[in-house]
Amino acid sequence: MTHAAFYGIGAYTTAILLTKSGVGFFGALVLGIAIATAVSLLIGVVLSRFKGDYYALGTLGFNTIVFGAFLNWKNLTQGSLGIPGISRPELFGINFTNNFNFLILALIFLILAYSVARFVANSPFGRVLKAIREDETVISVFGYDTLHYKLVVFVISAAMAAVAGSLFASYITFIDPSGFRVAESMFILAIIILGGLANLRGSLLGAFFLILLPEVMRFVGFPSDIEAQMRQVVYGVILILLMLYRPQGLIGEYKL
Amino acid sequence: MKIIETNNLIKRFDGVHAVDRLSIGIEKGQITGIVGPNGSGKTTLIDLLSGVLEIDGGEIIIDGTKKISRLLPHQVSLYGITRTFQNVRLFEQMTVLDNILVAETERNVFGSFFEGHAQCHYKTAEEVLRKVGLLENKNRLAVSLSYGQRKLLEIARVLAMKSRIYLFDEPFAGLFPEMRKIISSIIQELKRENKTVILVEHDMGLIRELCEHILVMDEGKLLAQGDPGSVLGKREVIEAYLGR
Ligand SMILES: Nc1ncnc2c1ncn2[C@@H]1O[C@H](COP(=O)(O)OP(=O)(O)OP(=O)(O)O)[C@@H](O)[C@H]1O
Ligand SMILES: [Mg+2]
Repeated sequence: MTHAAFYGIGAYTTAILLTKSGVGFFGALVLGIAIATAVSLLIGVVLSRFKGDYYALGTLGFNTIVFGAFLNWKNLTQGSLGIPGISRPELFGINFTNNFNFLILALIFLILAYSVARFVANSPFGRVLKAIREDETVISVFGYDTLHYKLVVFVISAAMAAVAGSLFASYITFIDPSGFRVAESMFILAIIILGGLANLRGSLLGAFFLILLPEVMRFVGFPSDIEAQMRQVVYGVILILLMLYRPQGLIGEYKL
Repeated sequence: MKIIETNNLIKRFDGVHAVDRLSIGIEKGQITGIVGPNGSGKTTLIDLLSGVLEIDGGEIIIDGTKKISRLLPHQVSLYGITRTFQNVRLFEQMTVLDNILVAETERNVFGSFFEGHAQCHYKTAEEVLRKVGLLENKNRLAVSLSYGQRKLLEIARVLAMKSRIYLFDEPFAGLFPEMRKIISSIIQELKRENKTVILVEHDMGLIRELCEHILVMDEGKLLAQGDPGSVLGKREVIEAYLGR
């Protein structure tokens, strides 16, 4: 639920470093990961004291605070004006200004992220995470300090979100706070639910579907002044239909 | 030697004294039965001993020296305590094998991250699954098992924990005779290995067969204790069961 915040932290770190310092894209990426890791560790410890609804409220609050920082910390982020002129990465003489090259770069990161997620899910660590999802009390009685486990995945996912933000900033070459609202976290949650909880391939499928949907809808030919609203309506209807007929998501294993 | 003692242990649920200033001692290496009418506080006692419920008063003493008035769930296994649940609690959407493996792997976060899949874990898992006759089902999801198989899986899971003290909350309830036989021989084997067993059970036949010592609870208090033969014949015990 805090994805937008860490996604934003990655994006802003990259944007600021690429426009205001001599650090290159990959240096900015690493620093973005480092900042996201540190912040998520801190926030994770605080959030771990909350349960259920309060936890959800806490994450929402954190998202809002980070968004507020992007908007109001003007000498760093230039507020609502945003940061233009972010450069594309360059590595070993390969320039990623070319969109095709950038696609390859993004795919490489996708494969990396997917492999990390797979490694985590298939390790004994991942098995404990599944057990926490199933019955936290029982797995605690078996000797696992579940707080530590939840904190570590929280940090891993924050770091991954920062990578995504970094790529996004450098691809679009312009960012402003509006891309990192709480609604973005909701969107990511919708991707996961649509694809299927607890299933990596499901998340990929969900992302494809929800991101390609607006492109497909362009051909349906809604009048352009209501197109954005219609997109929200279609998202909503799809989510409701899924909840009714396929609570485990498209290919998920776990019912909500 | 007493491996677990309680000293004036208290648990209240808004007004109800589920465990009421209870002081008991559990002998090491024995099978101790806990009996008592419905609602007498047996499960609550097990929950307190396993950190599932917070202690409201009094203390638990382990190995005669470690006094505990606040016990967190993840600390329980450090004292060598493990348990089953009256209403079976499995990791439903995980396979039978994973339900066992998770009881064996590294407890430390970073350890479990890089541990990999050790062959010895699989070996132990298959061993305990064979013991309860679930080996052929190892790749099925726990949720798909029958009631009896679920109870057996829960028992296999605590065996994989290799603890010192096993708390069983009505492990036989609702099972067919052949499954009861498996569980009762497992409990006897634990005793031969010099493990300590606490057995909550309503079936007095099984209690007489397995236990050397029994504690009778009523309304959160200790009503009587001793060897099953003498205790179960006592008038107040019979009255507690029949209800006055
Ligand atoms: N979570 C709870 N909330 C409120 N009251 C509870 C809770 N758990 C138990 N109780 C109450 O505490 C008392 C003891 O319950 P407990 O489950 O320990 O009895 P028991 O001896 O295990 O009974 P049984 O033989 O039916 O399993 C009962 O009066 C019960 O209603
Ligand atoms: Mg009970």
